[in-house]
Amino acid sequence: MIGADAMVKCLEKEGVTTVYGYPGVAICPFYNSILDSEVKTILVRTEQNAAHAASGEARVTGNVGVCAVTSGPGATNLITGIATAFADSIPMVCITGQVKSELIGSDVFQEADITGAVESFVKYSYLVKNAEDIPRIFKEAFYIANSGRKGPVLIDVPIDIQNAAIKNFKYPEEVNIRAYKPTIKGHIVQIKKVIKELEKAKRPIICAGGGVHLSDAVPELRAFAHKYRIPVVSTMMGIGVMPTEDPMYFGMVGNNGKAYANRAMNESDLMIMVGARVADRAISQPDLITTNKILVHIDVDPAEIGKNVGPSIPLVGDAKHIFDDFAKEEFTCEHEEWIAALEGYRNTMIQKRNPNPEYVDPAAFITMLSHEMKEDAVYVADVGQNQIWSCNYHIVKKGRFLTSGGMGTMGYSIPAAMGVKSGDMSKQVIAVCGDGSFQMSMMELATIMQHHIPVKIIVMKNNYLGMVREFQHYTYKDNYSVVDIKDGTPNLEKLAAAYDIPFIRVENMSHAQEKIREFLAEDNTMLMECLVDPMDLVK
Amino acid sequence: MKRIYSVLVENRAGVLCKVSGLFSRRCFNIDSLAVGETDDPEVSCMTIVSSGNQRTIEQIEKQLNKKLDVIKVKTFDEKDSISRELMLIKVKYNRSTRRDIMEICEIMKADIVDMSNTNMIIQICDMPERIKVMLDMLKSISIVEVARTGTLALPKCVDN
Repeated sequence: MIGADAMVKCLEKEGVTTVYGYPGVAICPFYNSILDSEVKTILVRTEQNAAHAASGEARVTGNVGVCAVTSGPGATNLITGIATAFADSIPMVCITGQVKSELIGSDVFQEADITGAVESFVKYSYLVKNAEDIPRIFKEAFYIANSGRKGPVLIDVPIDIQNAAIKNFKYPEEVNIRAYKPTIKGHIVQIKKVIKELEKAKRPIICAGGGVHLSDAVPELRAFAHKYRIPVVSTMMGIGVMPTEDPMYFGMVGNNGKAYANRAMNESDLMIMVGARVADRAISQPDLITTNKILVHIDVDPAEIGKNVGPSIPLVGDAKHIFDDFAKEEFTCEHEEWIAALEGYRNTMIQKRNPNPEYVDPAAFITMLSHEMKEDAVYVADVGQNQIWSCNYHIVKKGRFLTSGGMGTMGYSIPAAMGVKSGDMSKQVIAVCGDGSFQMSMMELATIMQHHIPVKIIVMKNNYLGMVREFQHYTYKDNYSVVDIKDGTPNLEKLAAAYDIPFIRVENMSHAQEKIREFLAEDNTMLMECLVDPMDLVK
Repeated sequence: MKRIYSVLVENRAGVLCKVSGLFSRRCFNIDSLAVGETDDPEVSCMTIVSSGNQRTIEQIEKQLNKKLDVIKVKTFDEKDSISRELMLIKVKYNRSTRRDIMEICEIMKADIVDMSNTNMIIQICDMPERIKVMLDMLKSISIVEVARTGTLALPKCVDN
C-alpha cells in the first residue's frame, strides 16, 4: 500500500461518495488509486468550482464535501472556493497535491505554498511530511471540518508522500487534539437566565442564521418558536429555517431584507440571535440592537460572541443541543399583542414594485417558480440582484435555499447546484443566476453533461452586472462604469445547443407559468433565460 | 490599554506564522513577541504584548483560543506580572566616554560582556521600562547595534 492508496482508503472510511476535482501531475498517484475504489470522481472544468460543488453537497447532506486538485495553479484556483466555504462555515476537506518534499521551497514547476496562502481561510491545514501520518491526519481533518464551528480543512500531500510505501494502515477510531475541544452543550445557568428573561419579555424575537442549518437545529427551533409563539426573522444564511409562509416567520432582516423584519427586530425587547455573526449586511448598526433590548447570542464559536456586538446573555454551544435543553424547561411566555402588531406590519409594509410589462418581473416570476417547484426542491441563488430577488420572493416550503452569503462569490450557484444534485439525486435542484454570474461558471455546463447531473439553470438576463449597476445608479447618479455586458454575452440558446441542453426563453410574464411547467416537467438539465428589464432594481 | 498574553502552543513548524498572521489579519497590534520552548519540548510559550480597547483585548484572547495549535492562553495586566527583557547593546567607546559608560552600567546594573579596543557589548536584563531608560542613556554616547528579546512575563505568585 502506498500513501495515495491510504488517502483513498481514508475517504472510504469517512463514507465519502464523491470527490470533485481536477488532476495534475502532483495529484496523479491519488487519482490513480481512486480508480480501484467505489468513490466517484467528478471532473469539473476549473478548480474553484470543485470547492463550490463540494460545498453544495455538504450543505444538503450534512457530510463533509471533498475536493482534490493538483499543486500550484490547481491549488491557488481553489482558494476562492475555500474562502467562500469558510465565510459560510461549510465543512469541507480539500486535498492538494504538492511537489516532492525535497523540492519544497525551491520554487520548482507548479509549486505554491498553499498551506501558507489559505491560512486565513481554513479552519486548519496540514502539510503531510510522512506517509504513515496519513490516516491520523485524515481522521483529524474530517473531525475538525465537521465539528464545532464547521469549516474547510486543507491537506497538502507532496507527490513522494503519495508514492511512499505504508506498512500498516490503521484508521484511528478516535481523535485526540489537545487544543481542540469545542463547547457543544450550553451552560445551564445561562439557559435559565434566558428563560427568566423570556418570561418577562413583552416583545421577544428569534433571529436565526446559517448556524441553525449547520447544527441541524431546524426542527428544534421551529418547535420552540411554535410552542412559545416567538416570532422568527432570519439572516440571508438563515432563510429556510422557517417555511416562508409559516405564521411565525417574519422575513429576512438586513439592508436587502424586508422592512417589516427589520422593524420587528428593532422593536423587540428581547432578541435571541442564534448561529448568526451580526455581519454588516444583516445588521448595519450593531450597537443599536443592544440599546433597547436584551440580546441573547447563541453561537458554537465563542469568538463570535462579542465580536460585532456585546450581548446581554452570551450562550456558547451548538444550537441543536441548546434548543433541546430549552425544550426540557417549562415556562410561560405571553405576548399576543406583539404578534398581532407584527402581523399588521407584515400585511401593510409591503414593498411596491412597478414592473415593466414588457419584461419578466423577477419578483413575480420567482414566486411563481416557487409554487411550481417540488416542495422539497433545493433552490441555489447566485450573487447579485438575482440573489436579492430570490431571498425576498422565493417561497421556501420543505426544501432548502442556498447561496454564498458571507463571501458573496459570483458563479457559486451552478457548481453548488451540481454538488447538491450529485449528493442527492432524488432532489429537484434549481440554480438561479444573473447573466454576469452565469458567465463566471458556465464552463460547468460541460461537467453537468459529462457526468449526467440534471440541474435546472435559470439566467436572469438584464445585460448588466445588475447589482453594481444599481449601486452606481444610487451612489454615482447613473454614471455607469464597467458594468455593461450586453455586447459580449453569448447567445444562450446557441450556447445551450452547443452542449445539447434544452433551452427555454421567457420574454415576459404572459406565458411564464406554462414555460416554468415545461422547464420543470422532467428531471433533466435545462437552461432557461428570463429577459429582465435592464433598469430593474431590487429596492 | 496594554495587555500581556502568555500563549502555550504546539511546538511545530508554522505555528509562529499562524499566530503572528492572526494579529496582522485582524489588525491587532503586536508591541512585542518572544517565543521559547517550555519544560515540555512539544510545547512552546509565546509571550505577546499587545494593546487596544476592551473589545480588541477580548477578541485577541478568543481568536487565539480558536487556533487549533494554541493549547492555552493566559492573559494578564503588566501590574499583575513579573516582566523582563534582555538587551545586548554594542557601543563604540573612547578614552573620554569609557568612564561614563561604565558608570551607566553600574547604575543600571548592566554588565559588560565583551570588549575590543573600540567597542564593547553591554548586557542588561530588566523591566521593559528600564531597558528603555538604558537605551536612552547610551543613545547620547554611541550605539553601534542593539538586539532585544522582547518582553517575557509570568503572572505574579499568589497564594490561594
